[in-house]
Amino acid sequence: MNERDRDAEAAVGHQSEYGSIGHPEEDPRIHGERHPIARMIAIGVLASLVGIGISLVIDWFPVGASGAASDVDTVYDVLLICSVPVFVLVMTIAIYSVVRFRARPGDMGDGPPIHGNTRLEIIWVTIPFVMVTALAAYGWIILDDIEAKQQDELVVRVTGQQFTWSFEYPQERVASSRLVLAEDRPVEFRIRTRDVIHSFWVPEFRLKSDAVPGLTTRVRLTPDRVGRYEVVCAELCGLGHATMRQDVRVVSQSAFDAWLDARRQAAGDGAAGGGGGGGGGAPDGEAVFTANGCGSCHTLADAGTNGTVGPNLDEISRANEGYIEESIVEPNATVAEGYPRDVMPGNFGDQLSPAELDALVKYLLEAQQ
Amino acid sequence: MTLTHRLIAPGWYRAALGTILGFGVGMGLVVAVRAAYGWDPLFDTNAIVTVGALIAAPIGFLVGIGCFDYWFRWAVGAPTVPEDHSGHGARSWRDYFRVNTDHKVIGIQYICTTFFFFVAGGLMAMLMRAELAAPGTQFVDPNTFNGLFSVHASLMIFLFIIPVFAGIANFVIPLMIGAPDMAFPRLNALSYWMLPVGGVMMIASYFAEGGAFATGWTAYAPLSTELPLGQQFFTLGVQFAGASSIATALNFLVTIITMRAPGMTFWRMPLLVWANFTTSLLVVIATPFIAGSQFFVLLDRSLGTHFFDPSINGDVLMYQHVFWFYSHPAVYIMMLPGFGIVSEVISTNARKPIFGYRMMAFSLVAIVILGFTVWAHHMFVSGMQSWLRIPMMITTMLIAVPTGIKIFSWLGTLWRGVIHLRTPMLFALGFITMFTLGGISGIMLAVIPFTIHVSDTYFVVAHIHYVLFGGSVFTIFAGIYHWFPKMTGRMYDESLGRLHFWLSFIFFNLTFGPMHFVGIDGMPRRVADYAEQFATWNAIISISAFIFGLSFLIFLYNMIASWRHGPLAEANPWRAHSIEWQVSSPPPVFNFDEVPTVVGGPYEYGVPGAVHAVFKEKAPAGAVPTPAGGGGAPPPAEG
Repeated sequence: MNERDRDAEAAVGHQSEYGSIGHPEEDPRIHGERHPIARMIAIGVLASLVGIGISLVIDWFPVGASGAASDVDTVYDVLLICSVPVFVLVMTIAIYSVVRFRARPGDMGDGPPIHGNTRLEIIWVTIPFVMVTALAAYGWIILDDIEAKQQDELVVRVTGQQFTWSFEYPQERVASSRLVLAEDRPVEFRIRTRDVIHSFWVPEFRLKSDAVPGLTTRVRLTPDRVGRYEVVCAELCGLGHATMRQDVRVVSQSAFDAWLDARRQAAGDGAAGGGGGGGGGAPDGEAVFTANGCGSCHTLADAGTNGTVGPNLDEISRANEGYIEESIVEPNATVAEGYPRDVMPGNFGDQLSPAELDALVKYLLEAQQ
Repeated sequence: MTLTHRLIAPGWYRAALGTILGFGVGMGLVVAVRAAYGWDPLFDTNAIVTVGALIAAPIGFLVGIGCFDYWFRWAVGAPTVPEDHSGHGARSWRDYFRVNTDHKVIGIQYICTTFFFFVAGGLMAMLMRAELAAPGTQFVDPNTFNGLFSVHASLMIFLFIIPVFAGIANFVIPLMIGAPDMAFPRLNALSYWMLPVGGVMMIASYFAEGGAFATGWTAYAPLSTELPLGQQFFTLGVQFAGASSIATALNFLVTIITMRAPGMTFWRMPLLVWANFTTSLLVVIATPFIAGSQFFVLLDRSLGTHFFDPSINGDVLMYQHVFWFYSHPAVYIMMLPGFGIVSEVISTNARKPIFGYRMMAFSLVAIVILGFTVWAHHMFVSGMQSWLRIPMMITTMLIAVPTGIKIFSWLGTLWRGVIHLRTPMLFALGFITMFTLGGISGIMLAVIPFTIHVSDTYFVVAHIHYVLFGGSVFTIFAGIYHWFPKMTGRMYDESLGRLHFWLSFIFFNLTFGPMHFVGIDGMPRRVADYAEQFATWNAIISISAFIFGLSFLIFLYNMIASWRHGPLAEANPWRAHSIEWQVSSPPPVFNFDEVPTVVGGPYEYGVPGAVHAVFKEKAPAGAVPTPAGGGGAPPPAEG
């Protein structure tokens, strides 16, 4: 009879082992060790501190460019500070047990028949409960803070479509294919989509929201760092999803105003050139090409785009105006060899005015030369 | 046997005939309807594939292979073929390719089939990592890539993790509760045979015009209602896998409730039985919801309904609510059986009773209930009502409490045990480590301000693989190694098993660990191409992934070689107490020559003379019956 059998028998002597975790000092394997639990706590605290230190030193996030960024980064730091000790606790007990209580060769004995310990079980229900409740409350407070309405918000209508974004500034009567924002000017994005679900995300702003057919979703933020970032589509939207990325620029208020003026000027010129506003003028083919996001799927040297989802538009037959128009309005009528059907949106015929369509076809023909 | 005989008797010849006939009937129906309405073209590929190939042909196959023979005879009043049990059990490998009603044969059929799809899904993952090794396009175009991750996820979820647990449970549960078989053996066989139908359908989608379904396994509408024919293969494949899952779950419920051996009270059931009981509740309640969501998509696609067309009052978010009402509980469907396996493995290999047995069972029930209250945490950035996010955050975080109970109870079981580090135990310990990490990132993902940033990024990819690979798949490996001697009657190679564990453990972490970094840093998921700044990490991830993939070959070799030539296993190589180890390895065709009587808890290690069950003649003198989990009556003094 080895020592452990005796130990086990002694344990059975108690009526039930429920309510006891045994007396560690009775276990011959940890007998020589004074205060094994105190030692584990010491190791655990040390490992937690090191772990927290390392995890906080790592530069996890991209640069922060909105008011929400520092809040989100702090939330993550708090989560790390809470998580590392939990992981260390589990690991310390597991590793200690495996090292200390590993069966020696030929050991056919059993451990002591400990069935549980009510006090311990209450503790490990209560502490996690308190922890997660506190974290949830904290998360709620930060969320309200981030999403609070701001004074003097610049409204930007964001429209997603396969596979591009377009932007409108209704207060300023300006539309654009790139997003330009003023530093420190609060923005409310009103996000919509023309086709499937997309997700509007600028990692540097830390905020995102899906663009959902039939809904307008909202995101509020205040850009606070001048720079060039990217809108990334975060919801799988089809073939060109991976390349549905677009420029965002955050500029100073004065540069923003200048940009707005320039956009208005350009729009005004376009209208005036046709002889008297109201959309009577001939639209610019390149502008139509850019504004409708053709470049996210198609390469066209003249417009400086290099999408590879659809055919390269530098290589289409140049003498065939009818074919180009048909391919825009009814993409499935003739699909270029090597490219799948049903990928190009079929609604350009409705979206483009006849004049725009005309200008686009002309532009595509001219761009070849 | 003549060909005519072969075409009449159930089997593969008749299955081939049934498939062809089914397809013909389906096609005929489509053509007849189109002709009646005067529609052009008469032969519409989409409709013919949907009705003929994806609905009627599989049913023809199931009829042909012989799943319905008994019921047909019974329904028409013909004399049913009395079961002479000659088809029971498997005598050669060929018997695994026939309809068989023996739960042990079905269990092995399940496991082998699901591992086949695991390999298929794994190869797709390897292709994806090859493509993602560097920015730009390497091997596959974006359409193929979208197909790869969609089919990969669908196979791993619907054809591997969920059914492989059903397979392990199929083999083990009846033995564990002292039952001769499952409650409904013929339904059990039908459940199994529906599974490969769903899997083959998903893989076959690569051959559909326009390529495989490319919407991810979530198949969000309206993308899924617009994409080409391949999507239909997912929409209907899920129905077969789901029907299989529901039927099996019903079978487990009835088996566990009604067929326990005398003396096997609920509080004496091993935790694997508890785990499958609670999992089956989840499946029966939740799985109809994914069936519903996919039927909506099918109807939108095929019949022109407008469930998800907002221009005609369709509601796009409804898809997500219905889908996640299943697919969040599905996470627990994929985890609870693993909890059960780990409890068996840890208790047996630490030679100690499960710490806090009753709390372990209660926490399973708590997870089932809470699991139904958290679905919208997948929709924090979806544009749903914003107030709804808060209760979903709180319930999601509360699930950490019952999950924590389980982790701490396993640690309590390890404490002062006599720990045997066999392969299953290594995987169980690896599981505790990885699942704790996955749980922690799960808590992070519940905190809305953080998840708004990382949702739909590689952070989520890392989290799901920590939970489903480091969590579920590690428990699957633990379970396969643990019951391998019982299933095959042979021992696996321990050193190869350990090598498999260490390679998996190390390269799993090198593969999925860095995904946390790139995700927070701004890399979205489900992309064939990515910004230059993520190139270094992705190269490291890809190399680790390849070694990780290769490590599986060690497992495969070990299993096949050991099954054929391994040393013969004794009845109870691990000296476990539960009933399946008290019969020979492999068990007799009808499990028990004599029904066991349960006299105590399943984990009474360390209690001298304690046994879980007795077989009348063989009851050892002085056996001490003990209650499970303590807390009940103290063991009666036996002299």
